[in-house]
Amino acid sequence: MKSRLSVRNLTLAYGERVISSGLTFDVPDGAFTAIVGANACGKSTLLRSFVRLLSPAEGAVLFDGEDVSRTRPKALARKIGFLPQSADAPENILVRQLVARGRYPHQGFLSAWSPEDERAVTEAMAAANVADLADRRVEDLSGGQRQRVWVAMVLAQETPYLLLDEPTTYLDLAHQYQLLSLFARLRDEGRTVIAVLHDINQACRYADHLIAMKSGAVVAEGPPSEIVTAPLIEKVFDLPNLVVPDPHTGTPMIVPTV
Amino acid sequence: MTPLVLRAGRVSALVERRTAVASAALVAAALALGLLGLCYGAEWATPGEVLAAFAGRGDSSVVILEWRLPRVTAALLFGAALGVAGAVFQNLTRNALGSPDIIGLDAGAYTGALLATVLLSGGAGALAAGSIAGGLLAATAVYLLSWKSGINGLRLIVIGIAVNAILTAVNSWIVLRAELEVAMAMAGWSAGSLNGVGWDDLGPGIAVLALLFLLMAVLAPATHQSVLGDEFAVSTGVGLNVLRPLVVLVGVGCTATVTAVAGPIVFVALAAPQIGRRLAGAAGVPFVPAALTGAVLLLAADLAAQMLLAPTSLPVGVMTTAVGGSYFIWLLFKETKKS
Repeated sequence: MKSRLSVRNLTLAYGERVISSGLTFDVPDGAFTAIVGANACGKSTLLRSFVRLLSPAEGAVLFDGEDVSRTRPKALARKIGFLPQSADAPENILVRQLVARGRYPHQGFLSAWSPEDERAVTEAMAAANVADLADRRVEDLSGGQRQRVWVAMVLAQETPYLLLDEPTTYLDLAHQYQLLSLFARLRDEGRTVIAVLHDINQACRYADHLIAMKSGAVVAEGPPSEIVTAPLIEKVFDLPNLVVPDPHTGTPMIVPTV
Repeated sequence: MTPLVLRAGRVSALVERRTAVASAALVAAALALGLLGLCYGAEWATPGEVLAAFAGRGDSSVVILEWRLPRVTAALLFGAALGVAGAVFQNLTRNALGSPDIIGLDAGAYTGALLATVLLSGGAGALAAGSIAGGLLAATAVYLLSWKSGINGLRLIVIGIAVNAILTAVNSWIVLRAELEVAMAMAGWSAGSLNGVGWDDLGPGIAVLALLFLLMAVLAPATHQSVLGDEFAVSTGVGLNVLRPLVVLVGVGCTATVTAVAGPIVFVALAAPQIGRRLAGAAGVPFVPAALTGAVLLLAADLAAQMLLAPTSLPVGVMTTAVGGSYFIWLLFKETKKS
């Protein structure tokens, strides 16, 4: 398995409170990896450590063998993009202006709007289906539209790796699947996608690689069709269940039996 | 409206048309008011005489170049500095109330300047150093007092208002305890005044502010990026731990430099960034419109202060307080209703 992003003996803590300890695994290159687990199992914390929002108490996150906490901020931001759960749009900002903010790691003091920047923003707005909103103010958009604008911003960053922290929260069902299909398409185009997902059935349907976490530890990892079993799900989510093939895709589908 | 794309070789920039138009209009207004400021005095000069004075001819060249020009320059430059300082703290707190004059930094800089005068009976250098030290200490105090596992913009502002009140009381106390001569000099200065500013007072201030403006120009893109929230800022490559202290230094430096020369001129830093942002129709709180608006506001206020009760010249701070105070009340009302 080829991998550029890997975690070595990683211990994550907020002050004295240890969230995860001794994590070691590789993220498969060019695949859609989903991280699943119950609330507060440390999956978002793990994702945050990939983009230096949290420095490890011990161990390291490596990208191309280099410790990300030693990489220059803009250099890392050209490799790994991150969509957080929430973000603030500046007052009065237009969609095209916000998407252009994704170009920040590619810009310098004097080269603030290269033809490259312009192309990347246009392509990102087209990919996230917000091109027709370009001149609208972000605060006037619906929640679903706004989430697509944030996605466009991260796409404009043009990073080979894309981290998503619960990207479908607050979206209605149709928009959830639209967004996940977009990420799957980006994976098909060669990007590596790593997403924290709440819905285990969506994770099984879209992910090539699943990382299941409980209390800060990785309890299972591998392709959903190989690792997802009723006992595993019961262990991770404390939920009695049946695993059946999804009638549409054939991927594992969890049916709670409470 | 499509923005203007400026490119020459590897140098490139994107400028919104409305921002460009608003900035040009503000520059024109500043020049027009500047000319008015050079013409106005006990004896009116014609624009022709002003131009002649610049060319080194005419009888009134001393009055225009040595008396009026430093005052006009000070108003424009200090106004711009206050606008930048306001934009710095409004961006940091993501709140229109986050302004150095509201959160006690002017008052702190003034405390420092007062102590430097009373205790060290120092000259311009001690005054400037005291002013900057006072501003930085006030900023640190406000920051530490409002720290509660992170910084919340509104909490910082409320604590800043309290710190401002305390420091203002301390300042009055120092003036009361000082010797009569010193106290009288201080009292005229305590409202913020450009009366009698000459080139000698301005020189170091111009140099310091030029450096701070340059530093801010370099930091501006990262500052605007950081307004997207810590998570996006870090993941798009902003080094927040380096950026924040530097930006605070620029904000405090601008405020303190102005205070050291002219005393605490309040409300320009509060109002200018918001007026500039609205004129430019821009996202967030941009620095260039803030600086230009500040320059126009302070010069207009200073001219009004000179003309209102002529030949007596009011301290410009009285004007900015009278006009800005009402704006502050309106803003306070609006912001507290929002949260």
